[in-house]
Amino acid sequence: MSTPAPLRVFEWKLAVYRQVWKANLLTSLLQPILYLLAMGLGVGALVNKNGGSARLLGGVPYIAFVAPGLLATTAMMVGAIESLWPVHDAMKWGRQYEAMSATPLEPSDIVAAHVLWLMFRTGTAAAAVAAAMAFFPDVRSWGLIAAIPAAMLSGVALGMPLSAWAVSREREMSFPIIQRFIIVPLFLFGGAFFPLSQLPIGIRIIGYVSPLWHGVEMCRSWVSGTHMTALAALGHVAYLAVFVVVGAVIMRRLAKERLFA
Amino acid sequence: MTAGDEASANAGAPVAPLIHASGLRKQFGDFVAVDGIDFDVQPGEAFGFLGPNGAGKSSTMRMIGCTSPTSGGTLQLFGLDPAKDGPAIRRRLGVVPQMDSLDNELTVEENLVIYGRYFDLSRAEARRRAKDLLDFVQLTDRATSRVEPLSGGMKRRVTIARSLINQPDLLLLDEPTTGLDPQARHILWDRLYRLKQQGVTLVLTTHYMDEAEQLCDRLVVMDAGKIVAQGSPRQLIDEHATREVLELRFRAGSNAENEQYAAGVGDRHEVLPDRILVYAHNGDEALAKAIANGAQPESALVRRSTLEDVFLRLTGRTLVE
Repeated sequence: MSTPAPLRVFEWKLAVYRQVWKANLLTSLLQPILYLLAMGLGVGALVNKNGGSARLLGGVPYIAFVAPGLLATTAMMVGAIESLWPVHDAMKWGRQYEAMSATPLEPSDIVAAHVLWLMFRTGTAAAAVAAAMAFFPDVRSWGLIAAIPAAMLSGVALGMPLSAWAVSREREMSFPIIQRFIIVPLFLFGGAFFPLSQLPIGIRIIGYVSPLWHGVEMCRSWVSGTHMTALAALGHVAYLAVFVVVGAVIMRRLAKERLFA
Repeated sequence: MTAGDEASANAGAPVAPLIHASGLRKQFGDFVAVDGIDFDVQPGEAFGFLGPNGAGKSSTMRMIGCTSPTSGGTLQLFGLDPAKDGPAIRRRLGVVPQMDSLDNELTVEENLVIYGRYFDLSRAEARRRAKDLLDFVQLTDRATSRVEPLSGGMKRRVTIARSLINQPDLLLLDEPTTGLDPQARHILWDRLYRLKQQGVTLVLTTHYMDEAEQLCDRLVVMDAGKIVAQGSPRQLIDEHATREVLELRFRAGSNAENEQYAAGVGDRHEVLPDRILVYAHNGDEALAKAIANGAQPESALVRRSTLEDVFLRLTGRTLVE
């Protein structure tokens, strides 16, 4: 029985990850717990005192508002980090992609394996946040399980265009700039920490176009059980899927240009 | 009977060539890296591309390895077309790239097993082959150490073991020993020689003439994208060089004024920046004549001609500059 090629490439990433997964898992669990304590309970205590807050937050305490956002922001950060330096490294310094190109593998296998890898990393990171959230009664819900794939999808949606960029770069100078001027603003203005309606329309747009907001909206709805129409959910999923597919198609083309010059 | 004779005897049989190239070209923008070359490689042969950096050897190797599309001419491997059957051809190739592409984070064994998985070997089969191959390259005791701290020579051996995991019909080696110390080179040559004796077809590039002489049954000399000569190392030397070479070294910077003493003492001579070479059937006789002419070299050396001399003759340049 032969294994599909992308899974065999995925095994490579997994073999490298196996050396760090324990430390990684511990961080993935501890970090959201600290975050929920500080933001949810600490900042939350201030926010909840404000008379108008409950209405703006959709009738929930602040921790219930911010925690689902944390699911999506974590997946997004992991998706971004796994896409810049590691992809560039596999192309240029470690030459693992070059090694693969000498085998029967094709660029599409490499890209498909990378999508699987991003799904795995963003999915496990989101699952760790969900596990941490289960310690907090205000956000403990069966909806957490459904929120994991939603968070994962927004992480992969940001990761794939960044991977396409990283695979084609000769140098990594642009990566810190991308981090500061693209990833951080998307993170801050993606609707995870406060409702976008709080912002002037010009800045609000950052939120609406960013993959993060679409993930946050879904996570919040699934976790807090607020209503979202099927059409709206489909819209969010479709919007994120476009990022994944377009990112993958461009990454495949650029990887092929580089590996098979 | 030498290995070279064996291979040419094999080549005499009517077998289809493993590689057939005619008018093969590679162009990057305006730059022509490979400019219409013709060659065939027969099963069981050790075939070399000899030439300086930039001669087009690596571009040729990448086309053979089906990771670089041809810009013109014909190229066939195993009777297949790389443009159409790249993955099917690569399944039967072993590739040792010029720069190591091992995963430094993983162990030696993991590197081999994971690479075997790219050829769709089962994990058990990949592990079994990895064990045998590490034995072959004498790295069994390093199987579970990470690749990163290994020496350059050891990494090359891991790369060679890795390239054999799919039991290739054809092994491509791009400058297999560049950058290695002499001892590591000899270990590597020994392993490659064994592979050759087992019947593995080798195609390699090198800019070391001793490497070409040691390993290649037949080679082509490349310069500026073209093949300037081909044959066995012995044939090339017989055809393009004399039996012996006299190397005369004079005080630094005085080669021009000393050239007169070397002129006419052999078949021909060549003035290099650091020495004057005299090509002669009998080097000692040539030396005696030069001294009779009044030459006072700081040192004189008589040696057999090598491929280096062939290359110098054909291109007017030395291989390693």
